[in-house]
Amino acid sequence: MRRRGSASMAALMLAPFTSLFVLFTLVPILSAVALGFFSFDMINPPRFVGFENYVRMLVDDSVFPIAVRNTLVFAFLTGPLGYVLSFLFAWLINELRPRIRAWLTLLFYAPTLAGNVFFLWLFLFSGDAYGLVNSTLMQLGLIQEPVQWLTDSRYSLGVVVLVMLWLSMGAGFLAIIAGFQGLSRELYEAAAVDGIRNRWQELWYVTLPQMAPQMLFAAVISIATSFAVGYQSMELTGFPSTDYATHTLTLHILDIGGIRFEMGYASALAFVLFAMMAVTWRGIETLFRRLAEGKGGK
Amino acid sequence: MATHRRRARLSRSRWGDLLLFLFLGVFGVFMGLPLLYSLVTAFKPVQELFLFPPRFFVRNPTLDNFTTLFNLVSDLQVPFSRYLFNNLFLSVVGTAGYIAVASMAAYPLAKYRSKWLDAYFLVVVWAILFRPEVTSIPQYLVVAKLSLVNTYLALLLPAMAGTFGVFLMRQFMVAFPDEILEAAHIDGAHEMRVLWRVVMPSVRPAWLTLAIFTFQQLWNTTGIQYIYDENLKMLPTVLRQVAAAGMARAGASAVVALFLMIPPVLVFVISQSSVVETMAHAGIKS
Repeated sequence: MRRRGSASMAALMLAPFTSLFVLFTLVPILSAVALGFFSFDMINPPRFVGFENYVRMLVDDSVFPIAVRNTLVFAFLTGPLGYVLSFLFAWLINELRPRIRAWLTLLFYAPTLAGNVFFLWLFLFSGDAYGLVNSTLMQLGLIQEPVQWLTDSRYSLGVVVLVMLWLSMGAGFLAIIAGFQGLSRELYEAAAVDGIRNRWQELWYVTLPQMAPQMLFAAVISIATSFAVGYQSMELTGFPSTDYATHTLTLHILDIGGIRFEMGYASALAFVLFAMMAVTWRGIETLFRRLAEGKGGK
Repeated sequence: MATHRRRARLSRSRWGDLLLFLFLGVFGVFMGLPLLYSLVTAFKPVQELFLFPPRFFVRNPTLDNFTTLFNLVSDLQVPFSRYLFNNLFLSVVGTAGYIAVASMAAYPLAKYRSKWLDAYFLVVVWAILFRPEVTSIPQYLVVAKLSLVNTYLALLLPAMAGTFGVFLMRQFMVAFPDEILEAAHIDGAHEMRVLWRVVMPSVRPAWLTLAIFTFQQLWNTTGIQYIYDENLKMLPTVLRQVAAAGMARAGASAVVALFLMIPPVLVFVISQSSVVETMAHAGIKS
């Protein structure tokens, strides 16, 4: 990448998107960030309160620490695992013939495409004796009483993690599938000549370095979804969940902003969630750069 | 074409292929269950919809739900075709428009080098990470200030303002070889021409994939916060409206769910089959 063309050319090409972006995305985001320093109930005009909302999180909101904890648990369990799984499945699907590949991709992407995805899991983990998991375990004699998978705070978090992993074949997965289509055939031939011995070496030294941009994209998507678990937990375990066992920051924002109409505080919470994601992104970007340098650059 | 690629790869056994296919097939069926469930539910008679314990498959399939929905829809004041047009118009124009503006923005972000563009790119990624729950009210105020409420533009423009597609397109353009761009410039080609004629064909998998996301998102737009004119309402809003009467319309609403899913699935299948056929263009990465 070097400087080519003029700065005015770049500006010209960026102009149409930038005007849309500033008006409909950036201004709303900046307004929300600013609103985090106000008290605003959507009826009376906003009143400036300084850092009061941020102080309230730390000293006067007993649900906030639970929401942060659960958000982090979801992020660090479903994020990396879902990421690795979506790469793994994309890689394996790519080994098959093109026609089969398109249909298998459809199947894997189906949870993101279909409307009523939670029915299946509600049926599996239903708390009565008819739920598939309960009835199977009871027939095997492993449990005597049905387990309340979705409302018992000991299990509900685990169930949501499982469903999130099942749902992780989304945008990142498709981007990786698409990325595989641009791989250079010559590099594989050269690598074979250079003594790449097995599929794992091929993956590590030839495939992954070429896929770095797509992997980075998938990483951002995976951060954006795994930190933002919310409606999935609501659909499965209710809102609010038992003992706030699966309550997350996203749900807390919905509760405060959408139900209690405290938009100022909700905006401050949204900013905290954003900051957590931005810091994680920064760490992952650095990790990617180190890996690339370690391999002799790309 | 496929055989070319195969030969270039390390040798592998036919049995390995079969095992791999079986493994992916079993997982795939489990992942695909929601699609299947939507399909079979649309054919369930009312008794089976509320069966306890619930059953996955339909025992006595019926077309009643379809006729119910058909009758409901033909009683509407505004013809059904108008809603269908609204939705198709928004989805097709929005998808094409977004791919165009996003690609145009992605190109300098991928191929030019400056401090400002680095900062711009950081904002692009950050915007993806900001949750929309608290931005919808400010966004409404912007749309209202521009007097766009109750027009197609109120749905179209905000949908084209997300940075997701810019990020996606940029990531695919980064690896495009500079030498080819330089050669095109030496031939005197204008930058826009280079983008549309040289770069875009080679990143076809990227914009075909972007088309899937954008179409799916736009097709499912309800737009209830921006549209109140009956003529301009979107299909999902109207269909859910007519099918929303609790138990009595549960069958019709299952058909609605199925019906709304078909176009995104079609777009997915069409673009995904083209994505995997683009390997003929592969191999230009340097």
